[in-house]
Amino acid sequence: MAKTPVNFTLNGSPRSAFAGPGQNLLDFLRREVGDLTPKFGCGQGTCGACTVTIDGATHLSCLVLAESVEGRAIGTAAGLPDGATLDPLQEAFMDHFAAQCGYCTPGMLVSARALLDANPRPSRDEVIEAISGNLCRCTGYEPIIAAILAVAEGRARA
Amino acid sequence: MTTVETYPTLAEAARAMGGDAVYLGGGTLVMRAVNEGGAAPRLLRVTDPALREIRASGDTIRLGAGVTMADVLAHRDLAFLHAVARLVGGPQVRNMATVAGNLFAAHPYGDFAAALLALGARALPEGQGSARGVEELLRDRDRAGLIAAIEVPRPRDPRAFGFRKVSRVKPKGVSVLSIAACLPRESGRIRGARVAFGAMGPTPLRAPGAERALEGQNLDAESIDRAAAAATEGLSPPTDEIATEWYRREVAGVHLRRLLTEMGAS
Ligand SMILES: Cc1cc2nc3c(=O)[nH]c(=O)nc-3n(C[C@H](O)[C@H](O)[C@H](O)COP(=O)(O)OP(=O)(O)OC[C@H]3O[C@@H](n4cnc5c(N)ncnc54)[C@H](O)[C@@H]3O)c2cc1C
Repeated sequence: MAKTPVNFTLNGSPRSAFAGPGQNLLDFLRREVGDLTPKFGCGQGTCGACTVTIDGATHLSCLVLAESVEGRAIGTAAGLPDGATLDPLQEAFMDHFAAQCGYCTPGMLVSARALLDANPRPSRDEVIEAISGNLCRCTGYEPIIAAILAVAEGRARA
Repeated sequence: MTTVETYPTLAEAARAMGGDAVYLGGGTLVMRAVNEGGAAPRLLRVTDPALREIRASGDTIRLGAGVTMADVLAHRDLAFLHAVARLVGGPQVRNMATVAGNLFAAHPYGDFAAALLALGARALPEGQGSARGVEELLRDRDRAGLIAAIEVPRPRDPRAFGFRKVSRVKPKGVSVLSIAACLPRESGRIRGARVAFGAMGPTPLRAPGAERALEGQNLDAESIDRAAAAATEGLSPPTDEIATEWYRREVAGVHLRRLLTEMGAS
């Protein structure tokens, strides 16, 4: 079957890879591009473990056709650290025990980062709304909410 | 095996539509089917940015077929639809889900379509055809063809339009049912009542019993009582994993009463 070349940026760097017919963006990023941070949870858009940003807006990569990201800017959790320096959200997630099994964490971080980039001082309700498309079966959400609010309120470790 | 065809305009995609082709909007439902191996062999997509346009002219707002729920939420002229768009899925779904796709979403989805139905919105088909009421489109979705845009009449008084979604999980739950009501009033009396339910049938449907009970009346305790009692008249709600037919029948009037009471107080 014919493959389609796709040119895009991943976390700011230009990338090119071939997408298979009907291949979704999650599978494409993991298999053809080698970014393993977006996770496969349900393949139905229900769990949010595959959340990435496209041109800054969060998307469920399992429901995006890979070849449709031609020319777009993709962001994943792999782009959060600056070299060896973690994103304040990553530090806060550790400090607040906001990850247990860790499977939802990359998607959760992408949603949280998109929230704070758009709205640096969200209320608790806005945080809950922003992560409502990301399921976590371990933490009961409270540590995650606390971690995001800590960064928003400037209480997190720098 | 799925193949993908990309067209610069909807007109070209329309010419390529055929028995084994499916149009890809935001993809939240089509890509699910692709992932499950159950999609049509040909996916047709269109890259025309005009499909994302929102244009307000006078009393009508034209939404391009590819306008997303997030686009609706970002637009000031669409404030009357914000409460509806905000209740479709979670944030990621709202960044992807299109207004045209919502017209074709199977039960229990179609919350936005229920609002469009109550507002008396019209769907513009691709090509020369004239706009058709959303109600007519919903009656025969399989033969609707490609939709280019949706024309939404803006309610003259924003308080004339109300929406309520009932779900077990909050935020982001799927509808037990949703209700949209458009109740324009002339010197206090309702003229042209339109009440629509989502998830109470295979597609969003109007509630003729409730509309009849409200037409020509004041929105007061008495008319609200009668509308609530007649809420499910003519409807046969489905049983699914969210709720049984019995449950939907039991609660539809209760939620309609709450919505109408809210609207009556405002
Ligand atoms: C996790 C999750 C939660 C959801 N929650 C909700 C919810 O709360 N409420 C709700 O209403 N829906 C919900 N949905 C369903 C869905 O996201 C929406 O109904 C959405 O509006 C569908 O639009 P789409 O653009 O993604 O459709 P697509 O998947 O692209 O298409 C759906 C159907 O519409 C057809 N179509 C799309 N555009 C056109 C057009 N221009 N002309 C003709 N046919 C067209 C397609 O061919 C296809 O048959 C949810 C989905 C997911 C995955």
